[in-house]
Amino acid sequence: MSPADTILLALVLPLCGAVLIGLCGRWPNLRETITLLTATALAAVVWSLTPLIMDGGRPRLHITELFGGLEIAFSVEPLGMLFAALAATLWIVNSVYSIGYMRGNKEKHQTRFYICFAIAIAAALGVAFADNMLTLFLCYEILTLSTYPLVSHKGDAATVRSARVYLGILLGSSIGLLLPAIIWTYVATGTLTFTPGGIIDGFIDGPAVGLLLALYVFGVGKAAVMPMHRWLPAAMVAPTPVSALLHAVAVVKAGVFTVTKVIIYIFGVDELFAEPSGEWLLYAAAFTIIAASVIALRQQNLKRMLAYSTIGQLSYVILAAAVLTPLSEVGAAIHIVAHALGKITLFFAAGAIYTASKKTELHQLAGIGARMPWTMAAFTIAALSMIGVPPTGGFVSKWFILAGAFQTDNYVAIFTIILSTVLNAAYFLPIIFAAWFAKEAPGGKDHGEAPWPAVLALSITALGTLAFFFFNQPVLELESQLMARIE
Amino acid sequence: MSLATQLPALQVAVPLLTAPLLVLLRGPGLAWAAACAASVMAFVIAISLTASVMTTGAISYAMGGWPGPYGIVLEIDALGTLVLLLVTGASTAALLSGRASLGLDIDAGRQHLFYAAWLIVLAGLSGIAITGDAFNVFVFMEISSLATYILIAAGPDRRALTATFKYLIMGTIGATFYLIGVGLVYMMTGTLNFADMESRIADVSDQRPILVAAGFISVGLALKAAVFPLHLWLPGAYTYAPHVVTAFLAACSTKVAIYVLLRFDFFLFQDNLVGHTMQFAVFLVPLAILGILVGSAVAMVESNLKRLLAFSSVAQIGYILLGASFANEAGLTAAVAHMFNHALAKGALFLAVAAIAMRVNGLRLQDIAGIGRRMPLTTAALAVAGASLVGVPGTAGFVSKWLLLQAAFAQGALGIAAVVVVIASSLAAVFYVWRIVECAYFGNAQAPGDAAAVVTEAPLPMLLGLWLVVIANVYFGLAPELPVSLAESAAADLLRHVP
Repeated sequence: MSPADTILLALVLPLCGAVLIGLCGRWPNLRETITLLTATALAAVVWSLTPLIMDGGRPRLHITELFGGLEIAFSVEPLGMLFAALAATLWIVNSVYSIGYMRGNKEKHQTRFYICFAIAIAAALGVAFADNMLTLFLCYEILTLSTYPLVSHKGDAATVRSARVYLGILLGSSIGLLLPAIIWTYVATGTLTFTPGGIIDGFIDGPAVGLLLALYVFGVGKAAVMPMHRWLPAAMVAPTPVSALLHAVAVVKAGVFTVTKVIIYIFGVDELFAEPSGEWLLYAAAFTIIAASVIALRQQNLKRMLAYSTIGQLSYVILAAAVLTPLSEVGAAIHIVAHALGKITLFFAAGAIYTASKKTELHQLAGIGARMPWTMAAFTIAALSMIGVPPTGGFVSKWFILAGAFQTDNYVAIFTIILSTVLNAAYFLPIIFAAWFAKEAPGGKDHGEAPWPAVLALSITALGTLAFFFFNQPVLELESQLMARIE
Repeated sequence: MSLATQLPALQVAVPLLTAPLLVLLRGPGLAWAAACAASVMAFVIAISLTASVMTTGAISYAMGGWPGPYGIVLEIDALGTLVLLLVTGASTAALLSGRASLGLDIDAGRQHLFYAAWLIVLAGLSGIAITGDAFNVFVFMEISSLATYILIAAGPDRRALTATFKYLIMGTIGATFYLIGVGLVYMMTGTLNFADMESRIADVSDQRPILVAAGFISVGLALKAAVFPLHLWLPGAYTYAPHVVTAFLAACSTKVAIYVLLRFDFFLFQDNLVGHTMQFAVFLVPLAILGILVGSAVAMVESNLKRLLAFSSVAQIGYILLGASFANEAGLTAAVAHMFNHALAKGALFLAVAAIAMRVNGLRLQDIAGIGRRMPLTTAALAVAGASLVGVPGTAGFVSKWLLLQAAFAQGALGIAAVVVVIASSLAAVFYVWRIVECAYFGNAQAPGDAAAVVTEAPLPMLLGLWLVVIANVYFGLAPELPVSLAESAAADLLRHVP
C-alpha cells in the first residue's frame, strides 16, 4: 500500500466506523466493539506513517480540484503527523473510558454519540493532514458541525443554550474572520498550499501582515485566544468523554495546530519575525494565559475550572509559536502532546468523580482521595504536569518554550510563563491537598471508584504523562525536522 | 435533418404542446404523469443542449428556417443553458417529488388544469432563456407570468389570492415597462433581434430614447427579478403559493429575469450608453447591498418558515447583483455560479418545507418544534440545504460565496465594503438557518398530545426528490466543475460585448 493510500485509509476508516456503528445501534456490545476496533485500526494506520515521516518523506494524496487551482488534497508533515497520532491514539483510550462513563451514567442516544465521535475524529485527522488552507477549512467546519450534537447531547434547554454559544462562536469566527483571511491570502498570493517558509513573502507586507495574522488567529476560534474563548466553558455541558478527547485534545488542538501551521507554513517564521506588525500575537497570547489562569482560580465547578485552564494552556502553544524561534516552535509541538495527555487525564478524573459520586463542585472534593485513590493519583500527576513539575510531560514542553524565549531574550514570554506557573499551582495544589488530606463532609454518598474501564483509561493517560517525561525522544526527533526546515 | 438539430425548438415546444393535452386528460394521476414526462423530457433536452454548448460553443437556431434578423432566432449560449438547466431541473424535481403535497393543496378535479398551467410556466421560462429576440422575451414572459399567477393562486390559503393580485399588478407593471423599453429600442433601431440590435444601436446610442429605454427595461426587469426595493411581491407570493410551486419558482423564476437583465445590459447598453458602466455599478451596488442587508435582517426576525426563506431569497438576489455589478470576469462568474448554487440550496429548502408542511399544521417556527425526532430524514435534508445556503465548505453555496468574496477582494476599497456586507449577511444566514434547525431538533412541541404523535416521515417520492437535490448541493460543492465552467464561459460571453 502506498503512503497516499494510507492517508486515504486513515481518513475513511473512522467514517466507515461511523456507518457500522449506526448499523449496529441496537446491539450495544457489538457497537462498542466496533468503536474500539476502528480506533485501534486507525491508530495502527496512522502510526504506520511515522517511519516514513521520520525519514523526511512527505506523502501526498490528491482528492479533487475545485476551481482556479484550488484542490482538496492531503499531505503529512511532522506537525500534522504528531497531531494525528495523538488524536488517533487517545481515541482508543477515550473509547474505553466512554464505555465506562456512558453506561455508568445511563446516557441516552449513545449510538448518535459514537457516530458523531467517529466523524469528529475523521475531521480532526483531515485537519491534521490538510495540504492546503482550503482543505483545512473544510475539515475544520466539519469538525465544528459534527461536535455540535455531542455538545448538545443532553438536549435540555440549558444545554441547547450553551451549545448555541459553542456553535455561534466557532461558526461565526470561522466564517466572519477565517474565510476572509483565507480568500485574502489566495487573492494576494494565488496559492493556499502549505509551504515551508511561508507563501506570503513578497505579496503582503507591512501592517497588513499583522491584520491578516489577526484574522487568522481570531478566526480560528478553536484556539480560544481571548476574546474568542467563551465557547470552551460553554462546551462543558457535554458528556465528559467529549470534554476529554474533543475539548482537551482534538478540537482545541485542531485550533492551535491550525494557528501554528499558519504561522510556519503560510506566514513563514522568518517573515513574521522580521515584521513588527505581527508582534501583538505574543501579547494577546500572554494576556490570555494570565487572564484564563486568574479566572480558573475563581471557578467553583471542576469542569469549568479545567476549561479555563485549557484556554490558558492553549495560549502557551500560541505563545510558543509567536516567540518565533526554532526551539520554541518545537516547544509548541511538544506542548500539544504534553497538555493533551495531562488534560485528558484531568477530564477523565472529573468524569470518574461525577460517575461515582455525582460531585461536580470543587469544595465537594475534600477527602475524596481516600475513596478514589486511583483516580486522584492520576489527577495529581496530571495537575503536576499542568504546573510543569518534573517528572511529568508538562516540564519538557515548558523547558523548550522557555529555552526558545531565552534565545531571543523575550522577557514577555519568560515572565508570562513564570507567572502562569505560579497561578497554575495556586489553583491545582489546594484541590490536591484537600482531596488527600482534608476531612470529607459528613452525610455524603458512600462510593468507591468509577467503573473499571474509566479507571483503566485514566490510569493509562496518567502513566503516559509520566512516560512522556522520560521517552520524548521520538517526538523531539520528529519535530526537530520542523526546526531544520525553519533554520 | 436529424432530431438533434431541432432540440432548441423542442425545448419550448414539448411543454407548450403537452399543456393543452393535459386539459383533455381527466384524472389527476394521468395528468401528473404526463406533466412529469414532459418536464423530464425538457430536462433531458436541456442537458443535451448544455453538453453541445460546452463542447462546440453557442447554438443558433432559425425557427422555420427563416434566417435572422427576419425570422425568429433561438440563441443558446452558456448563460442560457445554465438558466435552462435550472428551470427544467427545478420543474422536474418539484413535479416528481411533489405529487402528494400538491394533492393536499389542490382539488382532485382541478389538478389537470393546474399541471397544464405548470407546463406553460415551464415553456415560458425556458423560452426566455433561449430566444434571441427581444419581443419574444416579452411574449414568453407574459406566458409564464400569467400561468404563474394561476399556480400561486392555487395555494391552499385564501391569502394566496391577495398575494397573487399583488404579484399580478407588479408583474404587469414590470412587463409593461419592459415592453415600453423594447418599443423605444425598436423605434430607434428598427429590429427586435438581439444580434441585429447590437450592431445597429451604436449609431443611435447618443439618442435620448435609448437612454429612456435602458431605464424602462432595467426597472421592469428589476421588478420581475425582485431586486430590492422592488421585491414586495415576492414574500407573499412565495409564502402563499402551494409549497411545491414555491420550490419551483424560488429556484428559477427570479433568475430568469436577472438573465434577461444581464443580457440587455452587457449586450446592448454597456458599451453604447455614455457612462452606463458607471450607472450600472453605481446604481446596482447600493441596491444589491441594501437588498442583502434588509433581506437578511428581516429573515433573522421572521418566524414564518416560508417568509423567512423568501426574505433570504431577496438577500441572495443581492449577492447575484453584487457580483454582476463588478462588471468583470471574476464578478460575473461569481454571479452566474451563484444563480445555479442558490437555486440548488433554495430549491432543496423549499422542498423540505413542502415535506414538513404535509405533516404539520402551519409553518411558523413553533409549529415545527421537535420535528427532527419524527421526520429525521427531512430535517437532516433541511439542515444540509441550510448549510449550503450559509455557505459551509463542502456545499455548493460555499463555492459561489468563495468566488464572490474573491471577486470583491480584487475591487479595492469598495470591494472590502462588499466583503464586509457579504460576511455580515453570511453570519445572519447562520443565525436564521440555525433558528430553524435548532427549533426542529430541540424545540418542545407545543401540544404533545395526539396531533404531534401522528407526525411521521414524508412520503417516499418526496424524500427521494428532496435528497437528490440535497446530494446535488454536496456534489456541486465538492466537484463544482460544471457550474463554474459554465459560469466562466457565460462571463466571457457577456464581457465580449463590452469593449
